[in-house]
Amino acid sequence: VSGRVLDEIGQGLPGASVIVKGTTRSTATDAKGNYQISGLQNGSLILSASFVGYITLEKTAVVSAGTTVNFNLAPDAQKLTEVVVIGYGTTTKKNLTGAVSTVTAKDFQKGAITSPDQLIQGRVAGVTIIPGGGQPGSAGTIRIRGAASLNASNNPLYVIDGIPLSGEGISGAASQLSLINPNDIESFTVLKDANATAIYGSRASNGVILITTKKGGAAAPTFTFSTNNSYATVAKKVDVLSADQVRSYVNEKGLAATKALLGTANTDWQDEIYDNAFGTDNNLSLSGTFKKVPYRISAGYLDQKGLLMTDRLKRGTGGIRLTPSLFEDHLKVDLNLKGSVSNSHFANQLAVPSAIAFDPTQNVHADNQFGNYFEWASGNVPNVATPRNPVSLLEQYANRGKADRSFGNLQLDYSFHFLPELHANLNIGYDVAKGQGQTDVPAASAYYYLTKGYSLAYLGTQQDKFIEAYLNYNKTLESINSNFNITAGYGYYDNSKKNYFLPTYNALGQVQATPNFPFEIQRNKLLSYYGRLVYTLAGKYILSGTIRTDGSSKFSPDSRWGYFPSAGFTWRIKDEAFLKNSKVVSDLKIRLSYGETGNKDVPVNYAYLANYNLGADQAQYQLGDNFYHVYSPMPYDKNLRWESTTTYNGGLDYGFLNGRISGSIDVYYKKTKDLLATIEIPIGTNFSNQLLTNVGNMENRGIEASINVALLKGDRVNWDIGFNFAYNKNKVSNLTLNNNPNYKQVARGITGGIDNYVQYHAVGLQPYAFFLYKQVYDASGSPLEGVYEDLSGDGRISEEDRRFYKSPAPIYVMGFNTSFNYKKWTLSTVLRSNIGAYIYDNVSSQFGVSRFMMNEKYINNAAADIYRSKFVNNQYKSDYYLKNASFLKMDNLGLNFNAGRLSRTGTASLSISANCQNVFVISDYKGIDPEIFSGIDYNLYPRPRTYTLGVNVGF
Amino acid sequence: CKKDSLNLIPTNDIIADQVYSTPEGYKQAFAKVYAGWALVGTKGPGSLIGDLAGFDPAQTDFLRQYWNLQELCSDEASCAWPDPGVPDAVYAMPGADNNMIKGLYARCIYQITLVNEFLRESTPEKLSSRNISGQAVTDIGGYRMEARFLRAYQYSILMDLFGNPPFLTEADEIGTTAPKQIRRADLFNYVEAELKAIEGELAAPMTNEYGRADRAAAWTILARIYLNSEVYLGVGKGKFTEAITYAAKVIAAGYSLAGNYKHLFMTDNNKTGKEIILTINYDGFKTQTYGGTTFLINANVDPGMNPASFGIPGGGWSGYRTKSTLPLLFGDYSGNTDKRALFFGNKIANDDIAVSTDGLRTTKFRNVSSTGEPGGSQDGTLCSLDFPLLRLADVYLVYAEAVLRGGTGGNMGQAISYFNLIRQRAYGNTSGNVSTITLNDILNERGRELYLEGYRRTDLIRFGKFTGSDYLWPWKGGVKGGKALEDFRALFPLPSTDVVANPNLTQNTGY
Repeated sequence: VSGRVLDEIGQGLPGASVIVKGTTRSTATDAKGNYQISGLQNGSLILSASFVGYITLEKTAVVSAGTTVNFNLAPDAQKLTEVVVIGYGTTTKKNLTGAVSTVTAKDFQKGAITSPDQLIQGRVAGVTIIPGGGQPGSAGTIRIRGAASLNASNNPLYVIDGIPLSGEGISGAASQLSLINPNDIESFTVLKDANATAIYGSRASNGVILITTKKGGAAAPTFTFSTNNSYATVAKKVDVLSADQVRSYVNEKGLAATKALLGTANTDWQDEIYDNAFGTDNNLSLSGTFKKVPYRISAGYLDQKGLLMTDRLKRGTGGIRLTPSLFEDHLKVDLNLKGSVSNSHFANQLAVPSAIAFDPTQNVHADNQFGNYFEWASGNVPNVATPRNPVSLLEQYANRGKADRSFGNLQLDYSFHFLPELHANLNIGYDVAKGQGQTDVPAASAYYYLTKGYSLAYLGTQQDKFIEAYLNYNKTLESINSNFNITAGYGYYDNSKKNYFLPTYNALGQVQATPNFPFEIQRNKLLSYYGRLVYTLAGKYILSGTIRTDGSSKFSPDSRWGYFPSAGFTWRIKDEAFLKNSKVVSDLKIRLSYGETGNKDVPVNYAYLANYNLGADQAQYQLGDNFYHVYSPMPYDKNLRWESTTTYNGGLDYGFLNGRISGSIDVYYKKTKDLLATIEIPIGTNFSNQLLTNVGNMENRGIEASINVALLKGDRVNWDIGFNFAYNKNKVSNLTLNNNPNYKQVARGITGGIDNYVQYHAVGLQPYAFFLYKQVYDASGSPLEGVYEDLSGDGRISEEDRRFYKSPAPIYVMGFNTSFNYKKWTLSTVLRSNIGAYIYDNVSSQFGVSRFMMNEKYINNAAADIYRSKFVNNQYKSDYYLKNASFLKMDNLGLNFNAGRLSRTGTASLSISANCQNVFVISDYKGIDPEIFSGIDYNLYPRPRTYTLGVNVGF
Repeated sequence: CKKDSLNLIPTNDIIADQVYSTPEGYKQAFAKVYAGWALVGTKGPGSLIGDLAGFDPAQTDFLRQYWNLQELCSDEASCAWPDPGVPDAVYAMPGADNNMIKGLYARCIYQITLVNEFLRESTPEKLSSRNISGQAVTDIGGYRMEARFLRAYQYSILMDLFGNPPFLTEADEIGTTAPKQIRRADLFNYVEAELKAIEGELAAPMTNEYGRADRAAAWTILARIYLNSEVYLGVGKGKFTEAITYAAKVIAAGYSLAGNYKHLFMTDNNKTGKEIILTINYDGFKTQTYGGTTFLINANVDPGMNPASFGIPGGGWSGYRTKSTLPLLFGDYSGNTDKRALFFGNKIANDDIAVSTDGLRTTKFRNVSSTGEPGGSQDGTLCSLDFPLLRLADVYLVYAEAVLRGGTGGNMGQAISYFNLIRQRAYGNTSGNVSTITLNDILNERGRELYLEGYRRTDLIRFGKFTGSDYLWPWKGGVKGGKALEDFRALFPLPSTDVVANPNLTQNTGY
């Protein structure tokens, strides 16, 4: 028997499974949706075709040679039977007990995507992805339900097809995620509450993101080729004075000596360093089934330039995934190998602030000893007080990085012949990488003029390996109307990084600094045992519990083991008699959970050991005629232990009108105790004034809601909209060993002067709260320079007059997406909005004052804010510079034409798409972008506005 | 996989038993005790990782912070930088949140914890358990004495500036038990007892390795704390006789004034005379910091002064200059009469604190040798000048002052002759010599001889001129013409961060 399985618009569904009911015979469709099952007895039988997200269809057929049975599957709007990947297993959407969100490929953001996190931006309630700067391949900062820690990592755990990433960076690559080809990704599953994450124990406090890559399926080989070609432009430049404005400002206010320095050029330094950038991303994949072995082989090539001239990422990726089932499906094998090679040229990002500050009345070039780039000099050498020529910073600078990476795993899942309810799963894998590169600055460059250039090579390798094994027993006991699903497992993880230390040279090859050691190995291990019990009564009451114990090499033998339990109760109300037949309510489920998770990502590996560090070459001391390399005792906390987070979650999943309206609402409260924080300790108690130690508490509370509506649903017109909303508020609730509420910990400083800190951690406030003077304004609303409110009332302005006000984290985060489909055309967009975040405008506070701008020896450009503030001296700690960073952004606007099959008989298909990313930003903030993770706007690499044209061909 | 496979050790950092397994290891750990007062950490000057955390590492070395608090707060130095803490220091009113206060205090106590650790690891029992024997045992015994000297020195600084700091010795293990506070008078007794206890064990004057403390260094500190003893112990409790005793010991040890005053502040100052008793050592390649003499030279030079002539072609941070009271102390501050007057600039008045040319700059410190060779510098900024921390001229003036204050065991004739030795060098002849001296002459002479070397605030306090309105200087108390300073400001506050972190501490009165 053969035939095709088609979707709602008549296209073949690849990878759909077709089974002969009552037998073990089954197959999967090829890329065009064709299937074939041979060797059947003639006669009547029942065929069933199923595909994720579609309603399973059964057909009775009378089989004889050459019988054809076609299926037209309809989408399952409720998606309740959709398989969802969870920690160490899968479940269905219907039976999910935790706060879990899934985004599949069809909902990914489109366009020029170089880092996987960009795919789900704005898509998941409670997941904030603050994009990195415009550098190709730079990853965003991801926070799930806000930050739970101050000094340990706040990044989620990534698990790709069962491979947990160590979360550490690789030298020679913009980010670890940048080495993963986004085109290979099938879905993201975000685990948010402790019921879902606690099985990952000490790595779970910041949430877990499970990434599933595509795999093969259909019988006949299918090629898919896609090409995306993008053109990135500068969306917005920093508002600085023009050359004429500088001339008139200096002529009006400058000293005679300063006026004499004015040039006649009109140089827009931002135009000089930024250029529109082309990028191309090409992917070819082949998938099918060869002798019962489903396979997918993919290759990709990306070449993306950055807006900042000389920035470029070239990346080749390859992947193989084989997923055969052996022994009559008793042994499922999943072999997954991925590799990438990247070559980058990293531009010198110092050019970004330099281009803001450099005098626009000067030409780019001049006849001089600095390689003929105009520079402010002091005698024969560059003036140390001025910025360097922005173009020279780019052109007289080469930083080439090369990163090779491979990761993969073999997963064997065996269901016992004698006891099919029991299966054993073994998962072994690796993640290895090598990053290397070299930075060179020529001798003439003013940037390294006195040392006659700079040359430093870098090299690092990563070797992570792991083994996991678990047993799963899934048994339904009809007699008590119950289902038991029990998992017990073991895991061992060994993460190791080797960093080489190489000598620094100048451009003439003379050694500038010699490292003490040729290399270091940073290694940590984790040993784990975990278990889960899911008990389902009558298909509608689900009790689930997990426990994990982790031992980490980062802590002393006395404190390295942690226990992380969780429990959840889920009530499928929809399955109660009173709703079972409701036509209006198609799904209703309540989830309650509690759990503890940990955070092992202490920034250092050996912080509990009392160690001595050998000082560098530049830190020797002379005694007699000899210089000695010194041995210095390092601060340590021998009792360092896990940070642990307790999470309470209440959730509701709903669906109405056969799933045309669906979504969920979650409320949570997280409390972190034994918070790992670097705090001031009583001086004298350790070998520093600060120590990373377990102290204090932090709380997170929030609400998340999402709704998806199929507004129009039909053969020709479909219109879907989705909206998600999250409210999150963090609060530091204690930060000292002696519980002193007056304590404030320096958190983040700004550029300019020395030790100008504007963000602090303090009890009762969000982390990184701004702490500034309250600016006084005159009657016309202009700030009065150096005049602040005397909040302490002591008659003078001193540190006591600073006040806490606002923080950089948004309070409300919203995402909106919609797609409108008419026949073969689809128009879609994604919008995002953050509300309640504040940003400190360090560009204006540093560059927007006349003291910075003018001097007897040089002229700098100024931020246009100088016209508003009229400040002479830097007023770094004025809250004049603290601005509301709320915004509404259109991330993406796309039009897709899906031609489908190009001919009635052929199998070739075609789709064409046009996309614009970073379409617009609406915000009161006047800087180039209000969305900056640190809340301090200084040297942001502008995020481009990118236009992409894509073609996707299947054959 | 076994559970003990979780015991991992770092590749390059090593544990105490490895560090102290050889005599060389002891010396390297001992070198850190010295390096700790020159440098900010072990990673080099550009690193963001220093011994201390939470502020710019350049703000955490010993000399820069000590110098700032002693000089900016006095009638000698001013700074135009708007950086946190700077204006308050120029006004002589640093508060409990001031960076310099926190930086110096933390550095002093960090040094003390280093010494305590070294003493714990170098006991005879530890040496024998590590099979260290023979000459090494003697050498390490000497290191222990010097370590105790360095600890006593840091306590003397804490006593002078902060009065009542936390107190710990080698008996206090590393942990989280907050140290107790010690009162100023008790600390005086401790410092005195320690220095006397080690006095006989330190190397004889001028016999130790360069850069290491000897007996004369301990005597100098003893003379200094005795001279200031009324400040520490109370009026009428002065120990001026002891000050004379210890000053005389130093003077008798064979030191002599350097021939040329300028050479004391040039890179070969260890070779051009026998005046310097102890230095803090810096090197533009091997001992790099943005504090120390790199700070001292760069901060006092602006690009208009031809930085290359100071051995810092890539430097000159412009910002520091003198308060007008300092050049005026010389009368003729051209340098033609008194050669110690080393100034640059046209405008003597400090009209605008934020304008770096309102006030004369000093040209006293140079990264250049006496023969004009530039001092070693990796990048044209870092300096190789060793800072003369203790020198004979100060000891002469201590002797003279102690005599004038009624100490016995010395005599006025000797005092005047020491005073004149200094003046004779300054004038190049006897034209500046005097036949009588008063206490006020001593204060003024100290100003001319030791200006910008870190003595001034202590001197003004001893003479009762720091607080109150008897003596005003530009910007004292935060106003241009100067105004009275409250008496409590003769002691600096303990940093507020430590008062919060350490429940045993009581803040100094007034703060």
